[in-house]
Amino acid sequence: MTEVTLSNVVKKYGALQAVHGIDLDIQDGEFVVLVGPSGCGKSTTLRMIAGLEDISGGEVSIGGRVVNDLPPRERNISMVFQNYALYPHMTVRENLGFSLKIAKRPGAEITEAVNEAAQILGLDELMDRKPAALSGGQRQRVAMGRAIVRHPDVFLFDEPLSNLDAKLRTQMRVEIKKLHQKVESTIIYVTHDQIEAMTLADRIVLMRDGHIVQVGTPLELFNAPVDTFVATFIGSPPMNLVDGVVEDGQIVLDGGVTLPVPTTAGRLSEGQAIKFGFRADNLMPAGHAVDEDGAVYELDLAVTLTEPLGTETLLFTNMAGVEVQGKMFNPRPVRPGEKMNFRLMLDKCHVFDAQSGHAIRR
Amino acid sequence: MTRRRLPEWLVLLLPAIIVIAAVVLIPLLFSLYSSFTPYKLTRPSTLWKWVGTYNYEKILSDAKFWAAFGRTVLFLTIVLNLELLLGLGIALMMNKVTWGQRTLRTILMFPMMFSPILVGFQFKFIFNDNIGLVNNVLQSMGFNAALPWLVDGKLAMFSIMFAEIWMSTSVFAILILAGLFAMPRDPLEAAKVDGCTPWQSFRHITLPFLMPFIYIAMTIRSLDVARAYDIVQIMTGGGPARRTELLWTLMSRTGYVDARMGLANAMGYVSIILSILFTVYFFRKLSAARAELGMAG
Repeated sequence: MTEVTLSNVVKKYGALQAVHGIDLDIQDGEFVVLVGPSGCGKSTTLRMIAGLEDISGGEVSIGGRVVNDLPPRERNISMVFQNYALYPHMTVRENLGFSLKIAKRPGAEITEAVNEAAQILGLDELMDRKPAALSGGQRQRVAMGRAIVRHPDVFLFDEPLSNLDAKLRTQMRVEIKKLHQKVESTIIYVTHDQIEAMTLADRIVLMRDGHIVQVGTPLELFNAPVDTFVATFIGSPPMNLVDGVVEDGQIVLDGGVTLPVPTTAGRLSEGQAIKFGFRADNLMPAGHAVDEDGAVYELDLAVTLTEPLGTETLLFTNMAGVEVQGKMFNPRPVRPGEKMNFRLMLDKCHVFDAQSGHAIRR
Repeated sequence: MTRRRLPEWLVLLLPAIIVIAAVVLIPLLFSLYSSFTPYKLTRPSTLWKWVGTYNYEKILSDAKFWAAFGRTVLFLTIVLNLELLLGLGIALMMNKVTWGQRTLRTILMFPMMFSPILVGFQFKFIFNDNIGLVNNVLQSMGFNAALPWLVDGKLAMFSIMFAEIWMSTSVFAILILAGLFAMPRDPLEAAKVDGCTPWQSFRHITLPFLMPFIYIAMTIRSLDVARAYDIVQIMTGGGPARRTELLWTLMSRTGYVDARMGLANAMGYVSIILSILFTVYFFRKLSAARAELGMAG
């Protein structure tokens, strides 16, 4: 069993503090994604788990064993790097078998493990090539193969797909997920791409400025963001946020629109400044929505811009003076400037405190 | 009637052809020709007497020449290997320095800035058996012997090698350091995670990456050392009794002291083979190492 536990982990570079006391429990076999904007400390945290960075404070334990002072080779982890980090002077076969060779395993065992990894990742025909003769996607597969031959306790992925083009990235994403289903090891995966986080993770750890902002399943983060940062980081397009105040038990947006308080919102005090949040999926023109049950607020808005995506079209419009995005299913062509009757699904809207950004939820 | 005109390409190439002819081609052909004559500097008329391969035959059966040839090969081998080891060590240590590295790098190059003649004089003084630093230090430490550093054959070779290594180890250090700077960090981290000890990382990852740089340094230095003359000439003059005679001291003695330029030129042509062999060898190694790393060529 290999749980990974971080308790109050701190990383300091001189006076600069990159990670501020992180606590995290990762279960055996869990796929956890650390996500956040660049500079949020996610890679640093991963590298501390790997043993490539010193831990300035707190404890990291892998499988119940505190590893703070162990070098990477004694932690039984494998890592896949953003730049693949293949050994340029070795063939694919040698790259895959290197860790076993270093561990002085018998030749037959190495051959077997290497062939197994090659088969899982479809590398059979590339075995005698050098990394320089491989494409980006193939290199990344070799890097993953190198990670799995050793049957480590924990896999660490450091932005493994960022150097690939969009199409390949989608493809490799699926392969990584399949790989996890096959090997069932604990995986800690770092990315700045929220789509990767959503699609891959059992649990997402969203970080900002060296702190954990929210931990939860992808749907928890999507449906119940704890603050405006999570709301705008997770989901594409980002959640629409419109400033407003609470007046007479209703929400008055700054541009003058008055709305009932969504049923999901918690206690609001009179005169409280808030941010009203809703996703594009919850602002749809009448007749083009997926689901019109529940409380609906109707309003007429002029469409300024459209982005057809096939099954749906994104509609840009102005609500209370703020540009917001809505969505139209079964799309029909829309002229810029056309007025449409929109329906806002109040049950799915969010209210945040304007000052702190925290969600106000029942 | 039309005037004969040189073709355009020839006109354009002419300046280069003239320069190359004057600087390289004519001296080369002249020395090659003179190696087939008994040309003596003191009697210019001997230049017109053709003796065929006489000079070459004489050299090939000359024990003194082969002794100098062998000594040069030995000198090259020992000096290059020691410089490589020391240079590698220095570069690896320098790479760990985080503060003042630029200054250190500059200081590292100081020995290369001195004229080899001056380095020779300096070490001639240091190794002098009466007043030299080394013997003085040895005696003040209680050793009651004045070692004949520049007189004994083996000690004299050692002293010359010491001076040569002191002067030029930084060539290796600097080229290898450049290699270390160019080295990507990721494979080293991957090796750490893959279970390598620091020594294994060095052996399996760093060293293969540095090989091209090492071979470049080897090529440069082998050409340099194969024509070693100045330090040797100053420190021992090839003596005592030819015990430190290298190819170039022998050649200069033959050509300028004995004035037998024809014979000296023949020696030059034979010994150039040595340099060519070393260069070809190291270049082969260089392209093999680059192919290892998946670089072009």
